[in-house]
Order: sequence, then structure tokens, then C-alpha cells
Amino acid sequence: MIPFIFRRLILMLLTLFTVVSLTFLLMRLAPGNPFSADRKIPPSILQELESKYGLSGTIGEQYLSYLKDVIRGDLRISTKYRDWSVNEILAQTLPVSMALGSVAFCLTLLFGIILGSFAALYQGQWQDRSLMLVALLGISIPSYILAPLFILFFGLHLGWLSVAGFGNADQWILPVLCLSLPFSASVARLVRTSLLEVLTQDFIRTARAKGLDESKIIIRHALRVALLPVVSYAGPLAANLLTGSMVVEQIFKIPGMGPFFINSVLNRDLFVVGGIVLVFSLILMSLNLFVDLLYTLLDRRIKLS
Amino acid sequence: MSLWSRTLFLAPLLSLFWGCHATSSTSTFTYVNGSEPESLDPAIITGQPEMRLVSALFEGLTARNKKGEIEPGVAESWKISADLKTIRFTLRHARWSNGDPITASDFLQSWERALNPLMASKYAELLYPIKNAENYNKGKIDQFDSVGVRVIDPQTLEVELENPTPFFLDLCSMPTLYPVHFASLKSEGRNWIKPGKLISNGAYTLKDWKIDDRVILQKNPHYWRASQVQIQEIAALTTSSATTAFNLFYSGKADLIMDKGLIPTLMIEPLRKKPYFHSNPFLATYFYRFNVTRKPFNHPKVRKAFALAIHKQQIVEKITRAGEPIAHSLTPPGVRHYTPPEGLPRNIALAQKLLAEAGYPNGKGFPPVSILYNSSELNQQIAVEIQSMWKEALGVHVTLQNQEWKVYLGSLDQLDFDIARSSWVGDYNDANTFLDCFVTGRGNNRTGWSHPIYDQLMAQSATEQNTEKRSEILQSAERILIEQEFPIVPIYHFVGMSLYHSEKLGGFEANVVDDHPLRELYLIEASQK
Repeated sequence: MIPFIFRRLILMLLTLFTVVSLTFLLMRLAPGNPFSADRKIPPSILQELESKYGLSGTIGEQYLSYLKDVIRGDLRISTKYRDWSVNEILAQTLPVSMALGSVAFCLTLLFGIILGSFAALYQGQWQDRSLMLVALLGISIPSYILAPLFILFFGLHLGWLSVAGFGNADQWILPVLCLSLPFSASVARLVRTSLLEVLTQDFIRTARAKGLDESKIIIRHALRVALLPVVSYAGPLAANLLTGSMVVEQIFKIPGMGPFFINSVLNRDLFVVGGIVLVFSLILMSLNLFVDLLYTLLDRRIKLS
Repeated sequence: MSLWSRTLFLAPLLSLFWGCHATSSTSTFTYVNGSEPESLDPAIITGQPEMRLVSALFEGLTARNKKGEIEPGVAESWKISADLKTIRFTLRHARWSNGDPITASDFLQSWERALNPLMASKYAELLYPIKNAENYNKGKIDQFDSVGVRVIDPQTLEVELENPTPFFLDLCSMPTLYPVHFASLKSEGRNWIKPGKLISNGAYTLKDWKIDDRVILQKNPHYWRASQVQIQEIAALTTSSATTAFNLFYSGKADLIMDKGLIPTLMIEPLRKKPYFHSNPFLATYFYRFNVTRKPFNHPKVRKAFALAIHKQQIVEKITRAGEPIAHSLTPPGVRHYTPPEGLPRNIALAQKLLAEAGYPNGKGFPPVSILYNSSELNQQIAVEIQSMWKEALGVHVTLQNQEWKVYLGSLDQLDFDIARSSWVGDYNDANTFLDCFVTGRGNNRTGWSHPIYDQLMAQSATEQNTEKRSEILQSAERILIEQEFPIVPIYHFVGMSLYHSEKLGGFEANVVDDHPLRELYLIEASQK
């Protein structure tokens, strides 16, 4: 197991290096200048700005000096938000996204697994069909539709919950629901399919033949195996939720990392883009590694090599 | 917060994650400020959301009041020399938020900082009326001594101008010319601007700044007229989404929205009937540019034909719908000491005749051209409308091309377009802020247009001391722009829009510069009503 982890870590470093390099080069090659504005900037000032941000000289020189800074852990100063370094921006926004995302993640798994198992146990009956219809709706309705509908109903019409902002408990409910509902639906469908398949297998029949309690069979034996696809789905899902959703954070005015994802690309704020991509890939890869390790715990037949 | 939400099982857990901040307490005033401030450093900011905050944090020699007029700020009084080229400011005994006195050398050092090429201030040109300032900023001279700013004594600052500049006192109220506290700049380095560190001299100090969430301002007790500042604490919410901004206002979480960009376009029409909707004329113009360096728009007759065929009234009635006046001139009506020329009315027959004279009768043989605009629903709707107007009136089919903001700016700068959508917001209340853009070689010209008489008239206006004569000179210049040459077609003038309950909020007045200083605002308590 140790050599496996070691090899994966080396691979992660290589991937990070490629991701950072590609991001930098693509951002520099994209048309549009990070400093251009509504009002034309005199060429002398533009030059000054570019050299101040290490963006003068050939693209190779710029890339090498950026890479050096990144290795030292300095993600540089944002070209758009000039009072903040990328490290500071990430330090402020990432915890917000992670807090919200982790609650949404837990809720997603909780809803998804319970509802999926329920549907599988009532396969073909009205409970199953109605649940799967709701799940289909959940998958099909994107959060940019769900969020305004929730705001309209719970925020403006009933006045129960806050329409936007972050901090008070009532400001958490709608964004967490909007983040988790579509994914809960996917997890529920995944659990249902997988559980149905597992329930037909020999070891379940054996367990039943032994006269084990049905609830024990489901929870201790069947679900344990049926959850494997969910576990592999959960890695990218967690990375997705933890780094913030552009749409949900924007609509609910949550000071997370999500909106920076897209806006920084539009602003050609290449250091913020670089920083976010770095953090996202780091989280994604770590979670994937974690998922692989988790596999061995859930199913002893899987060996890491 | 409702009882229902409190009882939800997650609530206690959730509140552990994040410290709560109170959004509405009686002494706090909350407004939606717009997108995340790019900076709060007066020398480098350029946008509206930044300016609103920075002008609450700092104050220049002069300041704008709620009517948009210039009044004394840190300068108590000033004397202008007979040739109008030297201004001597007498400073009052004002203090920084840490109690340090504000002196004339604070201004000198801050202006030197803003002009320093290393600072790369995008708005440094606002200081160019000062003698030699432009040369210093462009690195043509190294010594700041030759720039026309002198400290006579700690309370007296003398400014020598390149030419008489009637709007210089307006410029003194703009952020680029604000003083900054040098001692903290030196001791704190890059962090001098952060909450808890920033020493400011305006009505407010910086209490907190949460990225993409809010900026919190707290009343500055050392401000020279602190007794007139009524609101103790201001929360400026960050959001660039108009829908979110409106939801916050509508649900009572924000007391004020004062930016037309933060009011959903689709809702403007129904909102106009509400008592909390307020609008005012605003010194800003939406217009189209022609690239005069390329065929077919290198021909003035083609440009004029295209300009005369636009039905501007239809655009403001069908699309913008906030009561915008149509624009005949680039300079909006209401600019101080100036009446813009009347411009030319829509005239299809003349437009067709001109196009035929230019060699394209009924649009025959007209080369393919396109309208370039930065991606936005409004820009697209207007472009589609104008496209069909030109098709109908001139028989010319133009295509539409939208680009992402930064790419669009690059295309404008490289003159890589045929026709491009643009707008200009006046920096100060003078026709110069509009007309100067189209002088040959100016960065904001962005049409390739150059006209010797126009340049000459603009230069002449800079040295003319008589207000009426100056207005006439500027008028003749503008006539060349919008009645003869048409490198641009003005379409409409913007209106400023704001949402607030006038029975709850006072100190907010409509004005043409659409500037509403936070220090003038006050809450009307229930008992006072």
C-alpha cells in the first residue's frame, strides 16, 4: 500500500505541473489583456504594469518566473484585485465554499443513499416509480432554475428564508439544498441500480438462507458492496462541491471560490485562474486517492498494487 | 430569522461553521455597492463601486456634495491667479483617522505617487492639467521638482497648471488626487490598505473587507466635519448580479441600490411606477463608433448615411425603457457652462441619397460589414434593432459580432472592427471629458479618426479664459464630430437609477454626475416621521 501511495503522489506532482503549465500558457495565449479597461491605458503604463506583474519579456521567461514563484508557494498578486494576493483570495474564499460544500456533500449522500435504497426495496411499485420520477426531475432541473424558484417561493413569497448572503443559519438552507438536490438524485439512481444488482447475487441468497434479519442483510452486506459505484462517484462530487459552484454562489451571493472560477477567466486574471485550477486539481486528485484507499476497506477483494 | 428555520436540525450545526454577522441593526445602513472592488487605493481605482467606497474613506482638496456640486474639502479656500493658471489652496486643520494632521506635503507626496510611472495608475491622466505632470508620468522627466506642485507651508499648497483648466477643482474631488497616509504606507507595505491598517482622512474608516461579500465602513471621529456625518456604520454589499441585488432590496436586506447596472433590465418598466424607484439624468452616452481607417466607413458620406438612418426613439422606447433621452450629441445636455449642438434628425431620404453618392445606390455593392459589441443582452437587442433599421432604410445587411469584454477591448484598440458599440461616462462636469476623447491620437479615440480643425479647436478651448467663448469653441468642435464627420453616432443618454424608500432614507439627491456621497446620507427614524 505504501509504494502505491508513493507512486500516486509522484503522479500527482507531475499532473499538477502539467496543469499549472497548461493553464498559464493558455491564459497567456488567449486574446485579451489582463490590464485592458474601458478607458485606454497609455502604452508606457501598460508596459509598467506588465513588468510589475512579471508579464513582460518572452512567454518562456514569464512562464519560468511564474513556475518558480508557484514552487515557492507564492501564487502572486491578482491582476484584477490589486490589493490581494491569490493566496489571500483563496484563504478567504475557499473555506466558505468548503464549509457549504461539505454540508451539501453529506446531505447529498444521506438523501441519495436512503432514497436509492428505498426505491430498490420497492422495485417496480409506486414508491419506486414516484421516487425515480422525482430523481429524474432533480437531475434535469439545473440549479440556475432551482435557485431562483426557491428564492421566489421561500424567500420572497413566504419570507421564511434569506434571499442571499452568508453567515446566518437561514442563509445556509437554500444554497445547500440547491447544491445537493441535483446530486442527491444522481446518487439515488446510482444506489438503486447497484443495490438491485447486488440483491440478486449468491452471497445475499446465502445470507437469507442463514436466516439473517432482512435489515441486517441490506445494511451490513448488500449496501456495503452496492456503495462502491457511489464511492467512485463521491470523489469528483466532493471536489466539485468543496470548491464552490459558480451558479449557486453567485445567485445566493456567497463569498466562496465558485464565481472566481469563471470571472477570473473573463478578466484574464491569470494568477487567480492558476491558483484556483491548482487548488481544484489538488483537491480532486487527493480525493481520488482517498477513494481508492476507501475501496479496499469496503471490498476486501480489491488489492492495491 | 423564522422559527421554522431555527428548528431545522442543521441550523445549530451550521452556525458553528461560520461566525454570524448581523445584517440589519438599527445603526447600520446597508446598500448594494456592485461588483467586488478591484482595489481601495485611490491612486489606482477606476470603477464606480470602488469610487463610492474610496470617496467615503478619503477626501481631496475639494469634495462633491449630494447635489453633485463642488465644495471645499480638505482645502478651506483657494485663490486663483489672474491668468487662471495658478491656484493656491489653503488647507484646514484636518486630521487623519489616527489623529495625525493632514498637511500640504501629504498632497504633494500622494500626487507624486499617483504620477510615478512605477505606480502605473490608469487614471493618472486626471493630473495632466498640472504643469509637467504628463511628462513626469510618461517618464520624460525624472525629477518631480519641475512638476507644478509646491508646498508653501504645511497649510498651503500651490498648483501651477499647464493651461487654464476650468474643471481643475472638479478633478481635485476625484480619487486619483486624494491624499494617502505615507507613514503607514511605508510601515505596512502592501498591507497598508487592509482593514485595521488603513489610515484614511474621509468621513469613514475601513472596518472590515470580506472578499466578494461586503466592505464595512465605520464613522471616522477625526473627520473635520464628523458632526455632520449621521450614519455610524455602513455595510456595502458586493454582488455583480442585478437579480440578487434587487432580491436583497426587495426583501429588506438592503436599504439602497444606486447603480443602474444593479437593477434588472427586464424589471425597469414595472419598477418605474413604484414609489421607491428614482431616476435622474446622467452625464453618459451610448454611441456607435465607425472604423474610419477601413472601407467603406472611410467615406464620410457612408458614415453620415448610416447615422441618419437610425430610429433612436424606437430604441429607447422598445429596448432600454427607463426614460432615456435620445442623443443628438455626444455631450449630454446638462453639462455645466455648455449647450450641446442640436445634431441632425433622422432623415431616410437624405441617408439614401448620401449612400448613392458614395457609390452604393440602394446598398448595391456594399461590402460585408459587422457591428461589434461586448456580450450583453442589451447590446445585442440594440444591435439587432439597428441592423434591421439599416436593412430597411439603406438596403444594407450588416452582420452582428459579439465578443467577450477583454477581447472586445483588444479589437477596439487594434481598430479591428467596422462598427462598434461604445459608451462614455463623464469623469467630471465639463464638455471636455467627452470631446477630448476624439482628439487625434487620444487613447479613447478608437476610431482612427483625425481632424486638424477639431484638434485645433480643442487646443484653443483649453486656453480660452472666457466661459462663453470657450463654450462656443467646444460647440463648433462638437458640430464637426456629430453633424459633419460622424466618426461616431450618439444613440441615447443614460439615466441614473436608484431604489430606496424616501421615507426611510434622506440625503440622497438626483444629480447629473450620478454621485451620491455616503457621508450625506441619513436614516429617518420612525419617531421623526
